[in-house]
Amino acid sequence: MATQNQTVTTHGGAAHGSAREYLWGLFWSVLLTVVPFAMVMVGGFDTGLTLAVILLCAVAQVFVQLVFFLHMNNSSEQTWNTVSAVFIVLIVAIVVLGSIWIMNHLNHNMLMGH
Amino acid sequence: MPLIVGLMNLVVPLQIGARDVAFPFLNSLSFWLFVVGAMLVNASLFVGEFAATGWLAYPPLSGLEYSPWVGVDYWLWALQISGIGTLLSGVNFFVTIIRMRAPGMTLMKMPVFTWTSLCANVLIILAFPILTVTITLLTLDRYLGTAFFTNDLGGNQMMYVNLIWAWGHPEVYILILPAFGIFSEVTATFSRKRLFGYTSLVYATACIMFLSFIVWLHHFFTMGAGASVNAFFGIATMIISIPTGVKIFNWLFTMYKGRVRFDSPMWWTAAFLITFTIGGMTGVMLAIPAANFVLHNSLFLVAHFHNVIIGGALFGYFAGLTYWFPKATGFKLDETLGKWACALWTVGFFLAFMPLYVLGFMGMTRRLNYYDNPVWNDWLLVSGFGALVVLLAICVQFYQIFASIRDRNKNLDLTGDPWDARTLEWSTSSPPPFYNFARTPDVRDRDQFDYLKRHGLAFKQPEQYSRIHMPKNTWAGIVIAVFSGVMGFGFVWHIWWMVIASTLAMLVALLVYNFQKSKDYYVEVEEIEAIEDAHFARVEAAMTSSKNERSEYSVRRRGTPLSMPA
Repeated sequence: MATQNQTVTTHGGAAHGSAREYLWGLFWSVLLTVVPFAMVMVGGFDTGLTLAVILLCAVAQVFVQLVFFLHMNNSSEQTWNTVSAVFIVLIVAIVVLGSIWIMNHLNHNMLMGH
Repeated sequence: MPLIVGLMNLVVPLQIGARDVAFPFLNSLSFWLFVVGAMLVNASLFVGEFAATGWLAYPPLSGLEYSPWVGVDYWLWALQISGIGTLLSGVNFFVTIIRMRAPGMTLMKMPVFTWTSLCANVLIILAFPILTVTITLLTLDRYLGTAFFTNDLGGNQMMYVNLIWAWGHPEVYILILPAFGIFSEVTATFSRKRLFGYTSLVYATACIMFLSFIVWLHHFFTMGAGASVNAFFGIATMIISIPTGVKIFNWLFTMYKGRVRFDSPMWWTAAFLITFTIGGMTGVMLAIPAANFVLHNSLFLVAHFHNVIIGGALFGYFAGLTYWFPKATGFKLDETLGKWACALWTVGFFLAFMPLYVLGFMGMTRRLNYYDNPVWNDWLLVSGFGALVVLLAICVQFYQIFASIRDRNKNLDLTGDPWDARTLEWSTSSPPPFYNFARTPDVRDRDQFDYLKRHGLAFKQPEQYSRIHMPKNTWAGIVIAVFSGVMGFGFVWHIWWMVIASTLAMLVALLVYNFQKSKDYYVEVEEIEAIEDAHFARVEAAMTSSKNERSEYSVRRRGTPLSMPA
């Protein structure tokens, strides 16, 4: 790819979307937003269950957007998509798990919520 | 940060042999978003109030309870708008560097400044979303009554500190990495030899890029984390000093046995090497959690971060500004004044900040508006005098710019290569034509322009040109950005019709722009020929006249094969 001339205007090996694909993306996004929202608004569900559903729907939403709107799929011909995806997952994991670890410590040592 | 992104805008496309960045419209939009953000925060000085919450606006002080008026809202919306601009720039430069390099330029043939810019942009892409989310949550706290960072209702202000530094630490590396790139270019050029240990420098940069994401807790060791957390982040912080140390040796060994020319960019580099090394060592001291409990919030810390930001990033930007100034404007900055500025800055810096290390050990904390300890007095006087020397240095710099513009005809850069430099940006005219390169270069070597000069291929006009595909100028960037500023202002003052109207206007502008048919055009061969003929005529004239002068810069322009030192 390094030898590619700058006049080349492909889209980094990503596939193009169709109207059908975008509508499916919209459908899944709306569904994954409405479900956790409704659970909280209706109320009466177990707190742990609600939190789990919110978390799952949020993560699923990330993948829906990546696949339907940013067109990440197996047809990518370039390694860059894979490399950057792996790196992003790594950094997100570091920030999320690191924050949880740190906040747990702070909660424990600073007697927050006790 | 605006300065370094500006330098990237100028230098990165030229260094990789590209005509422009990957998304020219996006680039214009990011720039105007940044301008609007800056204007919005400055507007708060006149309309309403300025945020009184410091750099990072920790809650609960920045919450609605303690900052009920508009200052923090200005800060939030200004930072949000310009932060989006920065994020878009990051994406833009990343794609530009990955996709638009000239044929033959593999990743390991990229100039080091391009490498460090690439890593800085990866950091922007990954770190700025954290900032966006964090200040969005604070915005929600202030506007919708949520309780993310409040003291009551289950909020936790420590989460804000945690998140803001998860962005803030990568941010300091976004500032310093491009400076490292500048020093690499300057050292190689003025030592007249290839950069020592290019590969190790690239890997060191990549290591720093990764490690900068696992050290953020060292900004709040004393906030209450236990021994295991502090130990992990302390050790990670010490580890990050290793690749940085590698770079110091890269530059030292590049100078070793080189025939170093001490022009003013090299002065800044030499000043940096000493200053930054001291700052790095005090940083490792602060990375020891046990020592940090004594030193945190003291002037020792203040001295440390000024030591690395001024002695590292700022000196780097000055070096870069001096080095690439002729490329942007067509004439050099005044050398004598530049050296004076560097000398005064260095002396002033050491006078101003070294006493602060001592004062920190003596127990003086930061942000005092009053002290009554006579022991501190002498050190503070020395420090105050140092600040005056720095002020003088800044005055010299302003005068330098004024004098250089006044006497620009004495310092004209006619050939496009005023420093006898090594990378592609110097192979085009100064200032470069709007299409950068009439013909896309075919890259054979890491120091491509040096390669061309050694083989007598530089400064040769090609036989023929072909027409060039260029983007058209567009109104859309500034229009959308201005409406985003109006939207921010509306939010600050809770003027909801203004928020709704400007948001709609932004969407309409974006749609209109997207449905425009002709966004590009071709530069015809006649126009290119006229520009290039004029350029090569100037080069020819400059070379003929410099034959008589025997200036050390003119030697290689005549195409004399010159053996390079190992």
